[in-house]
Amino acid sequence: MIDLNTQAKNTWCPGCTNFLILSAFKNVLNELFSTGLNKDNVVMTAGIGCHGKIADYVNINSFISLHGREVATATGIKLANPKLTVVAFAGDGDAYAEGIEHLVHAAKRNSNITLLVHNNQVFGLTTGQVTPTSVKGYKGRSTPFGSVEEPLNPLSVLLSSGATFVARTYAGNLQEMQVIMKKAIQHKGFSVVDILQPCISFKDTREYFKERVCELEKNYPTDKLDMALVEVRSNGDKIPCGIFYQVQKPIFEDSF
Amino acid sequence: MKKQNIFSVLVGGAAGDGAREAAANLSRLLTNVGFEVIQTVEYPSLIRGGHNFARVTFSDDKIHSDYEALDILVALNKETVDLHFKELKKDGLVIFDCEKQDKKIINLPLCAYAKEMGAPPILRTAAALGAICWILNLDLEELNKIFKTVFKDKAEANIKLSVKGYENFKNRKITQIKLPKPKKIIRKLVDGNEAFAEGLIKAGLENYFAYPMTPSSSILHFLAGKAHEYKIKVAQPENEIAVINMALGSAYAGKRTATASTGGGFALMLEAMAMAGMEELPIVVADSQRAGTSTGVATRTGQGDLAFVRNLPGEFPQIVLAPGDQEEAYLLGGLSLNLAWQFQTPVVVLLDKLLSENMSACQLDDKKIKIISSKPSKAGKKYQRYEFTDDGISPLAFPGDKDAVVKVCSYEHDEKGYITDSSEITKAMCEKRFAKIKGIVKELAKHEMIKVYGDTKSKNTLVFFGSTKGAILEALKYIKKPVRAVQILCLEPLDTAQLKKILKESNRIIDIENNYTGQLANLIREKTGIEVCKKILRYDSFPFEPLSLADTINKILK
Repeated sequence: MIDLNTQAKNTWCPGCTNFLILSAFKNVLNELFSTGLNKDNVVMTAGIGCHGKIADYVNINSFISLHGREVATATGIKLANPKLTVVAFAGDGDAYAEGIEHLVHAAKRNSNITLLVHNNQVFGLTTGQVTPTSVKGYKGRSTPFGSVEEPLNPLSVLLSSGATFVARTYAGNLQEMQVIMKKAIQHKGFSVVDILQPCISFKDTREYFKERVCELEKNYPTDKLDMALVEVRSNGDKIPCGIFYQVQKPIFEDSF
Repeated sequence: MKKQNIFSVLVGGAAGDGAREAAANLSRLLTNVGFEVIQTVEYPSLIRGGHNFARVTFSDDKIHSDYEALDILVALNKETVDLHFKELKKDGLVIFDCEKQDKKIINLPLCAYAKEMGAPPILRTAAALGAICWILNLDLEELNKIFKTVFKDKAEANIKLSVKGYENFKNRKITQIKLPKPKKIIRKLVDGNEAFAEGLIKAGLENYFAYPMTPSSSILHFLAGKAHEYKIKVAQPENEIAVINMALGSAYAGKRTATASTGGGFALMLEAMAMAGMEELPIVVADSQRAGTSTGVATRTGQGDLAFVRNLPGEFPQIVLAPGDQEEAYLLGGLSLNLAWQFQTPVVVLLDKLLSENMSACQLDDKKIKIISSKPSKAGKKYQRYEFTDDGISPLAFPGDKDAVVKVCSYEHDEKGYITDSSEITKAMCEKRFAKIKGIVKELAKHEMIKVYGDTKSKNTLVFFGSTKGAILEALKYIKKPVRAVQILCLEPLDTAQLKKILKESNRIIDIENNYTGQLANLIREKTGIEVCKKILRYDSFPFEPLSLADTINKILK
């Protein structure tokens, strides 16, 4: 085990589910290190938001980018040095509002990077505004009478854009989150994991998710795009988690 | 005044007629036989139709600008005759595909020749070039060499057509123009964008990201074409925001990286350029200015971005360079990449449509550009990306370097790169970044960043930056009173002491710019407290023309 802790003081709220994501990422890295991945060759990028501070809490190469730009930054790093393993961390506001064009195009070009989205359906760091994944009617500080927009389904967008690894997980299920995170990083091509999480300060969805989050069926085929498009949209009593889609396609960086 | 042996040929037609390419081939021919050549292009922002033209001015002596007065007008359509006939010199002539010869208009059956050959109409310009070879008494073989280089295995039809044109004029004994003997100096015909890109390559460019926007696009086209030859990775991402953020990722990963756009695209990059200042990432960003504000006049020239590009958000040492011609674009292209890496900071290079797309026969001296790298690190486990040093420059390591953890951060950060809001560190880091200025100034002093032309002792001073250089240096030939012209190549950091010294010796300072507000004059006042006496400003989307500029200056100095 490599100690990946840093001297930086953690400033997340006590009990924040980001701690679980941080813990999962460090565990996954150590699993990958034990099977040959060189720590020197790992880079994480992050956007701006509560999630972004994660870069300070992992003792590896990191690039805290601008709000919404962590995927573009990651693409540039990977193209410059394809030997590096590049993981981009983002928030739902960050990735799905400010910088969604970069996700669409990273998926389209199949850049060999991983995107992990801390999706808590709210802006936390700016103290509680609506994001693209907030439910209709959400009352935040910028929508005191309830948001009027339908939420975006990011995984549907990314499947349509050509992402070759599309998954959803729940921060409350540490073991499953780790398994999916590891597979995403190991995937050759653009991989995205939408990590559902409660924000205990501004949108406490612990009970909501506990009741609804479920696993995909055991024999679910991961190579059927049409099926994946249907499955990622199902959002009623059950919210399916797992790998919806995984295929191999030529990688952007290999064409140079 | 010495008699000027200056000749001009204009090739005009509808977009898609190949006027620009034909003129470029004539320019290449004239360059190869040893003339000084300047070629300018004018075209509207559309693909077919509209009026396009390229003007080739050449001489046995150094010229800095093209001239409107024409010796030969090649008209590929009637509109070109109508628009440009008035620009002909007294004994100038027109080559035009019409029924019969009429005074100045010499008929040449361009379309019929192309048809006879079974060649597409666009090739008819080759017959016109053949006819020009007769008029200028140039060796047709030299033209055919150009065709072979440019068109490779498709050159044959062009060669046959050029012979047709040449023979036609020869048989009709069309009056020839006697040219002076060229100096036979070996030069290369390049436009400003190509020269800038060549400078970047010479300084070790590894990655280039850009989104198309006239007039910066031809840098992207040129580098994309050279990608394999020079092992440069060239990519066109989804927008300028992606461009600059990818470019900064690339620089972080250790690759010498550049990008370019024009005002609008440059504006999209601002947030990330400030991040480059904060994170101390080396990057070169060129802004090839177009005329007007916003989308403006897409295919015309202007200098409206000076105030904008030297005022990026936040505070960090900024470097802004502005070459005035192709040779300077080459040298400053190289210098910009070196400065970015030496000082780990973004460098802006200001170009404009005129400089970017004008071609000139020049000598790009590759001995003048050497690759200068950043301060390397051997710290390993103890590595701190933002380690405090006397010169403000922290040793640079990259992801993948053994044991080094390289953390960069757009927030204010401590030496290790962790987010901080400590007031002590915030102050110290700000001072660290600005401590680099001393080194930057010292490095810039090795290069001539303020140039003085003309009568260097004169108390009449013209000040300018960028591509107005051509028209101004050319105008000097026609200004009656003694005058000197002062060019500023580095606008940030400005060598205030030297500039003050020069300007204080002046009685009359005349500022010349391609914009409305006189942004250079404002910069000079801001940095030196000196007001210029007079501003000559042009903001109609066209560059200055040397003769009328000289006229204006003569009236002021009277």
